[in-house]
Parts: sequence; structure tokens; C-alpha cells
Amino acid sequence: MNKAEKASRELAGAENLAHGDSFIHRMSPLSKLAVTVTYIAVTVSFGKYDFSALAVMALFPVIAYQLALIPVFTCFRKLRMILPLVCAVGLFNPVFDREILFTVGSLRISGGVVSMITLMMKGVFSLMASFLLAATTKIEDICASLRKLHIPKMLVSLLLLTFRYISVMLDEVSVMSCAYSLRSPGSRGVAVGAWGSFLGQLILRSSDRANELYESMVLRGFNGEFEYTRPQSGGAVSWLISAAVIALIFTARFFNLTEALGSLIGR
Amino acid sequence: MIVFENVTVAYDRGAPALHSLDFEIKDGAAVGIIGANGAGKTTLFKALTGLLPFEGRITVNSVEVAKKNLPGIRKMLGYVMQNSDNQMFMPKVSDDMIFGPVNYGMSREEAGKRADEVLGKLNISYLRDRYNHKISGGEKRLAAIATVLAMEPEILLFDEPSSALDPKNRRMLINILNSLGETKLIASHDLDLVLDTCREVMLLNEGRLCAFGSAKEILTDKALLEANGLELPLRYQN
Repeated sequence: MNKAEKASRELAGAENLAHGDSFIHRMSPLSKLAVTVTYIAVTVSFGKYDFSALAVMALFPVIAYQLALIPVFTCFRKLRMILPLVCAVGLFNPVFDREILFTVGSLRISGGVVSMITLMMKGVFSLMASFLLAATTKIEDICASLRKLHIPKMLVSLLLLTFRYISVMLDEVSVMSCAYSLRSPGSRGVAVGAWGSFLGQLILRSSDRANELYESMVLRGFNGEFEYTRPQSGGAVSWLISAAVIALIFTARFFNLTEALGSLIGR
Repeated sequence: MIVFENVTVAYDRGAPALHSLDFEIKDGAAVGIIGANGAGKTTLFKALTGLLPFEGRITVNSVEVAKKNLPGIRKMLGYVMQNSDNQMFMPKVSDDMIFGPVNYGMSREEAGKRADEVLGKLNISYLRDRYNHKISGGEKRLAAIATVLAMEPEILLFDEPSSALDPKNRRMLINILNSLGETKLIASHDLDLVLDTCREVMLLNEGRLCAFGSAKEILTDKALLEANGLELPLRYQN
């Protein structure tokens, strides 16, 4: 199995997670979307030195993953290519911000180090929350929820089609890589000299397949908007829980729960 | 009834892929469309479904194939494409099956019931909750047919339906095709399948209609077939 095929299967595997049957899976897609968006917005709104206050935000994804019966490790494994990029965002902060904020024993911690860690945490938490939404809600349901929020249908269709066409492209890469490796034994990957024609062919083949897929959709009544996924009406329980979670998220934003907990234990 | 009147199709202003086609296909007919590679079989289907622009006039049940009528035309036509991989785009077979009916206004529950009926009719109910990327080529072909039948079209278009099928699945497909009462157009290189499923045959060569008549007469005419780049069906070879 070549890398593209592995990636394609991994994508399909990630999509399969959304077909699970847990409490979180059964919640209304719109309420889950609302919680996720709120969580991410609140998480990124923390100040760059609010390291301790931000730490408590880890609780939401950790608990939610347990309720969704998805190991947190799955998230890190699936997102292993993106996580380093997210973590690299604040890498230069220690160089530019050298003001000492506090000391731990003899170790002096600069503002740059704290802001770097805070940035990393924000990125990782946001990714975890996004992955949780994707792993517990079908892409069609997410798109239907977005439409319910009056996001333009063109944007929503674009999101859904992009998601669908990624696998089409990966399939083509897989077939072409296989054909290439069969005729170039012992080579590691595609030779630089063949990149141009390989990419060109890939684009043409993917485009042809995408066109045929589109034709198949059009022939079955697709008119620019996906009608077939109407979000479940979402019981009151789902919305009540979501409202409570949102309230907790805002509480964590405006009250430093970590500090409060620390002082409570200190007494 | 399908009527083609002086229909010409050209890709990107190049040489025409179909030349001045004139023919009629009556309701309930089963017509095989045969021809060598590049004869224009798929182009004919694409023009009929309004996927390709054309000159001339095509009508389906007296409705002209024109932009304003396309939703109605496409509801009447069920097109099973040559490559099922390009036809099935949803994660599960059941998702794909309800896609069309729901787009035409049916509720998900009703569409689900209809999907179950069709799967039962084709004896592939076990595929209902299977993932498209995990089923075999033969199963995918049958599932693709099911997605089209779920729309209850009046006319069925099959493009190379027996490609990628093993002998057992091919036999099953022939039985399925024969059990369908709708008007059928079957484009295929598998002349034995055409003989088993169609009463009439349309022979195309380089976009021109060379013969249209009884399947048995055309498919046993060695000279005609060879003049148009084909051979006798296997059962008539020695």
C-alpha cells in the first residue's frame, strides 16, 4: 500500500468515526457546532500570558473525547502532520520577548516562553475541538448546520465538495504512484525530473474524475445545494447540555478557575 | 419515447463526435448501442441527458432536451455510468441511494424505504450500510445501478454495464436488466450481453448511425460488424 492509499484510507477512517454511536454523536449537529465555535473563540481570546487560566480549557476536549468514546490519542495520531505546524507558530516568541515574568526555583521564565506555550496550547486545544466535531458529526450534518446559520450555500457546498474531492485526488495519486513504482523498481518516490508530468497528469485525471462525479450529482437532481442532509431537529436535552457547556466555557474565560482551585487547595 | 432529430455533437469545435443522428426509440424498448471505441456511445448518452451541448433536437417523452427542461428530463432518465467509482460519491451505499430521491423532494424516510426496496429487488440488501470504498468492483456496479433505480426513472441508460464484472455477477446483471420493464438503452462492447438483453440494436461508427434494427439480424451480420470495427458475438464465433 503506497502513502496516498494509506492517506485515503486514513481519511475514510476519520470519516467513519463520525458514524459512531455515543452520547456526543447523538447530539444535535447545530448544538455541537455552537459549542465548538464558542470554545475555539473563547480559547483564542485568552491573553498571551494567561497560561494558568487557559490550562483549565483542556478539560473540555479531554472529557468530551471520553464521552464520545474516542481516544485522545486518535486525535493526535490523525493530526500528527498539522500539530508541529501549530506548535511552531510561537517558536520565536522567546527570542523577541525576554522580559522575566516569574522564576521557578532558579529557573527564570521569560514572557516569550509563556506566550509560546500559551499559543501552542491555544492551537492544540482548538485543533482537538475541531477534530472532535469532525469525528462525532458527519460532514453533511456540519454543512447542513452551517446552512441553518445562513452561511452562503456556495461556501458550504465548496466545503463539502472539497472534502469529497480530496479522496478523489488521493485515489488518483495512489493509482499513478503504483503505476510509477511498478516501472521504476528500487526508486524512492517520484524522481524530480518526472514531477512536472506527474503533477500535470494528476491534475488532468483528477479534474476528469471530479467532472464525472459532478455530472453524476447533477443527473440526480443536484442544483448547487445539498438537500439531502437536514440536521436532526436536536432534542431539548442536547441544547440544554450545550448551553451549560457554553456557560462553563465563559465562566472559565472570566474567572481564573485554576488559580481559584490552587488557592482553595492552598488553604 | 426518445426522438433524435438531426443531432450533431462536437467537442470544443473539433470534428463532430456524433453526426446528424435521426432515430426514435419507443416506450418499453430495450436497445443495445454498439460500436468500436470512440464510436460515440457515451457521447450519445451525454447529449441525451443534457450534459453535452448539441445541434438538432432531442425529445424525451415529448419534452425537449433544453436547459429549462433539464431537471424534468433528468428525473425521467437514469444514467448508470461506465465507471462506478465516478458515480458513487457518498460514504455509504445507502447515502448514495437517497441522494437522488431527496434532491427531487422526497423525505429521507421515504427515500430510505425506497432504497431498501430496490436493494431487496437486486438481492443486495447486505450492501445497504457498507462503505463505498470497501466494496468490490462488482458490488459497486450493482450498487450504482441501485442508486439509479432508486430514482424510479422511466428510461434507463447503461454505459458498459458488464465491465469489471465476473461471470457470475455478469449473469446476475443480465437477469436484472431483463427484469426491468422500463425503456432501456445499453451501450456495450459485450455483444453477448446485448443479445441477451436487447431486441433492437443501434450500430454506431465514428459518430454515424450505421444500422438500427433487430438485434439478432445485426449481431449475426459478420460483414456489417467487421466493416464497423466489431466482431461477431462469442457465441457465434465457430
